[in-house]
Parts: sequence; structure tokens; C-alpha cells
Amino acid sequence: MMMHQSHWIVELLNLLASILLLISFAMLSRRRTQRLITLYAWQGLVLFASTCLVAYSSGQKELYYSAALTLLLKVIVLPWVLYRLIRDLGAQWDNELLVNIPTTMLVGLALVIFAFGLAQPISMMANTITRNTLGIALAVILLSFLMMITRRKAVTQVIGFLAMENGLFFAATSATYGMPMVIELGIALDLLVAVFILGIFFFQIREQFDSLDLHHLESLKED
Amino acid sequence: MEIFLVLSIPLAGALLLAFFGARRFVAQLNICVSFATLVAAAWLVVRVAHHGPFLAGHEQFFVDSFNVFLVALTAFVGFTTAIFSRSYMHVEQLHGRVGPRRMRLYHSMYQLFMAAMLLALLTNNMGLLWVAMEAATLSTVLLVSLYRTRASLEAAWKYFILCGVGIAQALFGTILLYFAAEQTLGHEGMSALLWTHLNAVKSQLEPRVMGLAFVFFLVGYGTKAGLAPLHNWLPDAHGESPSPVSAVLSGLLLNVGLYAVIRCKVLVVGSIGSSLPSHMLMGFGMFSILLAAFFLWRQRDIKRLFAYSSIEHMGLIAFAFGIGGPIANFAAMLHMVVHSLTKSSIFFSAGCASQNAGTQQMEEIRGLADTSPALGWSLMLGSLAILGMPPFGVFTSEFLMITTAIRLHPWTAPLLLVGLGVAFAAIFSRVQSMVFGESAAPSPSNDDVSHKPVAAATPAMIPAFLHLAMVVMLGLYIPPVLAEWFRAAARLIG
Repeated sequence: MMMHQSHWIVELLNLLASILLLISFAMLSRRRTQRLITLYAWQGLVLFASTCLVAYSSGQKELYYSAALTLLLKVIVLPWVLYRLIRDLGAQWDNELLVNIPTTMLVGLALVIFAFGLAQPISMMANTITRNTLGIALAVILLSFLMMITRRKAVTQVIGFLAMENGLFFAATSATYGMPMVIELGIALDLLVAVFILGIFFFQIREQFDSLDLHHLESLKED
Repeated sequence: MEIFLVLSIPLAGALLLAFFGARRFVAQLNICVSFATLVAAAWLVVRVAHHGPFLAGHEQFFVDSFNVFLVALTAFVGFTTAIFSRSYMHVEQLHGRVGPRRMRLYHSMYQLFMAAMLLALLTNNMGLLWVAMEAATLSTVLLVSLYRTRASLEAAWKYFILCGVGIAQALFGTILLYFAAEQTLGHEGMSALLWTHLNAVKSQLEPRVMGLAFVFFLVGYGTKAGLAPLHNWLPDAHGESPSPVSAVLSGLLLNVGLYAVIRCKVLVVGSIGSSLPSHMLMGFGMFSILLAAFFLWRQRDIKRLFAYSSIEHMGLIAFAFGIGGPIANFAAMLHMVVHSLTKSSIFFSAGCASQNAGTQQMEEIRGLADTSPALGWSLMLGSLAILGMPPFGVFTSEFLMITTAIRLHPWTAPLLLVGLGVAFAAIFSRVQSMVFGESAAPSPSNDDVSHKPVAAATPAMIPAFLHLAMVVMLGLYIPPVLAEWFRAAARLIG
């Protein structure tokens, strides 16, 4: 490991990690789908910056490629596809929440504490410069999960799913300097395909139900 | 070379079928591609039988005693399901439930699904394993919603979201695994995620990280394997998808999910040196068995009934792997094979039965033995097989499991027997009345369209009987080469 990094890189990474966490909380509190997509794009941008920073400080050339991939996929392609989707589907609002926003926030806080507790023993072992951030990555994953649970619109759930993947990506860079390139390409491909399949799927759902509200999708219960 | 063929044939087939999708010979083409895959898999099996396990493609792919029989099984069931699918989907088209464009999607995705599962089985790279599992989910989402009914869309959505979240957990597990591996193997790019490398150094991997990783792996891949309480997607997806898809989902995908869990378990047990992962597997397995057994009573839909039965059997297999040791592991692998063959056979019969009746409600399916004897008997024999009657192979594996459980964990035996007994009563009573029950007055759905299919049912039943014959054979005689693989794999799994 190269340990010549100056102090400011670590500080900057911690700052970026906190911004990531902040964006996750912001996502929990937003109701407009467009805002959520914007926040998702911001999350991608922060990831891009943090990956570049880790790449610079660790000297891992591969990480630059995955940073470029992040920029392309998560900041440009996916938000654009999602924008198009909600515009074509007219699904701008997500005003049906299962739990009100303050409660969600409190649950989110508890999740963050839990995530830090869980990541603590592992972070101690990591000799990467970014070890403090593993807890944040786990927190982002759990918060996205929370968003998926508390929202009813299909599009929102998908954004939650994508945000969860952002958290995973951040965990990969912060704990291990990123997965091998082939794996990252595979993951990116899967993600892209997932979004396109979902696009098709949204149209099918709307065709059948005239809405993207998921409470229509609750007829298959245990009888 | 063989591995390359096994993987590339279905992939090429998917492209070919996407291209020629709407032609008339497309179902035959699908069968041909599946047959070519089977031939390639057979070639692979022969090579392994003669020369033993080997690595290929810069160590990225490997075949050992644990995955070789699963590859053969996957290729075989993929082939027979393609045969079944030809007549079944033809009738569905006559009924107007799917159009030619959707058949293009169906065939193409079917081959893609096969390719993804074979990749998951053959890859030596734990990261690629994850990618392949995700690809297997994605390729089947649109198959589950093929009919575009409300229920099928709901099932597909549930399937996508639950398996997507599940598989995201597995990705976190993979990241943790990579993290642990990097500490020992160093940052050598690809090789730090190779299973064979990890297996060689598993005792040096950091136990705390590996323990945490296993939780994520079990939850993630366990969702795909349909272990309770992560099983919610499974009955819906199996119930609403076209029957050939139900057959491959239940017969193959669940096995692949469990395979992934067990590969991880080997590494984790070697690292943390305690029996915690085994106990977790046993716990999840037992819970699945009991939960499924009692939910079986509440089912009215024939395909959902057998979907719950799949949960039960996945629970049994997980439980047996949890017990571990040469006999229980042997039984678990045998059960993977016989369950896959039997359950896909049952889904063939159940699919035809509900297609003929025009409904999946069991109350409206009556007197199959009179109206279409081949169908009735294949459903009856398939159910007896899955319920563990001798001489079917399921009996052998369940017998081995229960005797081992009595020997090693006596307190679990009564629970197992209760689960199996409840499942037996639930399934047998339903199937009995479907097959031998008095056929009611012509059912209301007997209008002009649903008269045609009865003739198509018989050729579709050939794969069903073929599978059952193989299950009987495995109950009476396990080929020495297969037994040798099971034993070697049981040693590997420990």
C-alpha cells in the first residue's frame, strides 16, 4: 500500500462520503420523482469524484476506468432514461407514502447507527485509506432499502434499487479499491439491462392498470 | 473448449432466436439449440469422467465433481423443457394468449436464461457468479410476465424487486469476500475472487469478515433458492409464468441458487472454523420445510401448490447440506437431481392439465385419469415421486437425509417427519381428486377454443415420463460415475 497520501485526500473523501449519506437522506424526504432522479444523478457524481480520488491516491489505474463508467452510466445514461420514462408515463408525483416522512427519517437515523456498528470491526482491519467510509456505504444501502419499502410507486422503488447499487459500489471502492474490472463491467451491464427491462415493464404495468401505483399489485396474496 | 461450447451455444441460440423469432420453425430451432447444448454438456461430462476436474480460460472457468452433474442436469432439463414447450406454447398460441412477437421474446430469453445458469455453474470467479445470477433473474422477469395479465405482471414485479434486493445483498457479500481475499491473496486483480484460489487459502481468510459475508450470501442467494422466509416471490412467479418457465425456474434456477450458497459455505466454514454457517443452513432449511408444508394446505391453484412443494424441497436440501458429512451431502446432491427431474415433470403435467381445463384452480380440474389418461398418470406418478414414495429416487435421498438427521441431530427428526407428513397429506389429497375425482358436468370454460388442446397433450407428456423414468432409475441404481462425483463433492463440501 502506498501510504504517502496527504491528509487532505482523506478529509476530502470523508467529506464526499458524508455528502453521499446526506443525499440518501434527501432522497428519503423527497416526493417528486424528478427530484429523486436528480438526486440519483448527484449521487453518481459524488461517486465519480470519490472513485477518482481513490484512484489518484492509490495509484490504481483500473479505478479511473470504473470512475468513467460511473460518470457515463450513473450520471448521464440512467438518469436520462429515467427522465424520459417518467415524462412518457406521466409519473411525476409519488404522494402516497406508507410511512410519513419524519418517521422515515427517524428510522433512517437508527439504520445509520446500526450500519456503523456493523461496519466498525471490519473498518478497523481495512488498510485502505478510505476505511472510515465502509459504514457510510452500508448506511446508504440500508437507507435505499428503506426507501424501497416505504414508497409505493414503481419508479420510486427502482430509484431506491439503483441507489442501493450506488451504496454497494461505494462499499467496493472504499473497502477494496474496487472489484476487478471484468466484474464491474458485468455489474454495469446487468444494471443497464435491468433499467431497460424495467422500462418495458412500466409500460406493461401502465397498460394493464392505468397507473404505476403498486397497490394495484397486491392481489396475489396467500389464500 | 467444451466449457466454451456449453456457454456459447445457448448464447448464440438466444441471438439466433431473437433474429428469426417470428418464423414457424422457431420452436424446433429452440429444441435444436437446446439439443446442441446438451451434446456439448455431454462432451464435457465425458471429459470430466475420463480426466477428472479441470480449469479453463485462464482459470476463470472450472468443472469439478460438484458442478459437473448440475451442468449436465441443467442442459438435459433445458432440452426436455424445450420439447415440452413446443407443443405447450403452440396450444397457448392457438388460445391467443401469446402472439408471435412475444414468442420471439420467449424463445430468446429462454436460451439466455440457460446461458446465464450454465455460466453461474461453470464460472470459477465469485464475481462472475454474481453477474450470472443477476442475468438469470433479468432474463426470466419478462418470461414471468409473458401473458401480460395483471396477476403475471404483479408476479414479475415481485420477482424482480425481491430477487433484485436479494441479489444486491449477495453483491455486498461478494465485496466483503473480495475484501477478505485481498488481505491474504493481495491485490492481484482477477485472481482474488477465484474460488479455487480462495479454497486453497480459506483457513487464512479473516473470520469476522467471512462470517458477515456469509450472512449476506445466504440471504442473497438464498432468496434465489426460495428459502423461507425469503420465498415470497416464488409461488407467484411459478404460478403465473408459462408452465415451461415454471418447470425450469423450479427445476433449475433454485438449484443454481443453492449451488451458489454452498460454494460460499465451503469457503466460510474453512475460514471461521465453526459450525455456525451449517446451523444457519439447517435453520433456514427447517423453517422452509415447515412453512411450506403448512402453506400447502391453503393452496387452490395447482401450480402454486407445487411451487410451495419446491420451497419444501429446497428446504430439505439446505437442511441436508447444513448437516454436512459424507452421507447428508450425498443425499442433498442426489435430491437436487431427483427434485429437479421430478418437479419439472410435474410442472409439465400440471401445465397441460390446467391448459386443458382452462383454469389453474384445482377444484375445477377433475377426473384426469378418464379424460386424458397419460396426463392423469404422469401427474399422479410425479406427485407420488415428489412425495418420496419408493422406488422413486426422492425416497432414497429423503431416507438418507432422515436417517442421518436421526443419527446426528435426533431432535430434528420429528420436525422433519411432521413436515413431510403434512406435505404428503396436502398434496396427495389434492392430486388424488384431480386425477381420479368424478369429472363434473362439462366445465363452463369448455367453449370452442379449449377443446383443441386435448390432442396436443400427449406428445408433450413424453418428457414428463422420461423424467419420471430417470427418477425411478436413480431410486434403484445410481450410475457409479455419478455416485463417485457425489462422493467427491461431498468430501469437497465437508
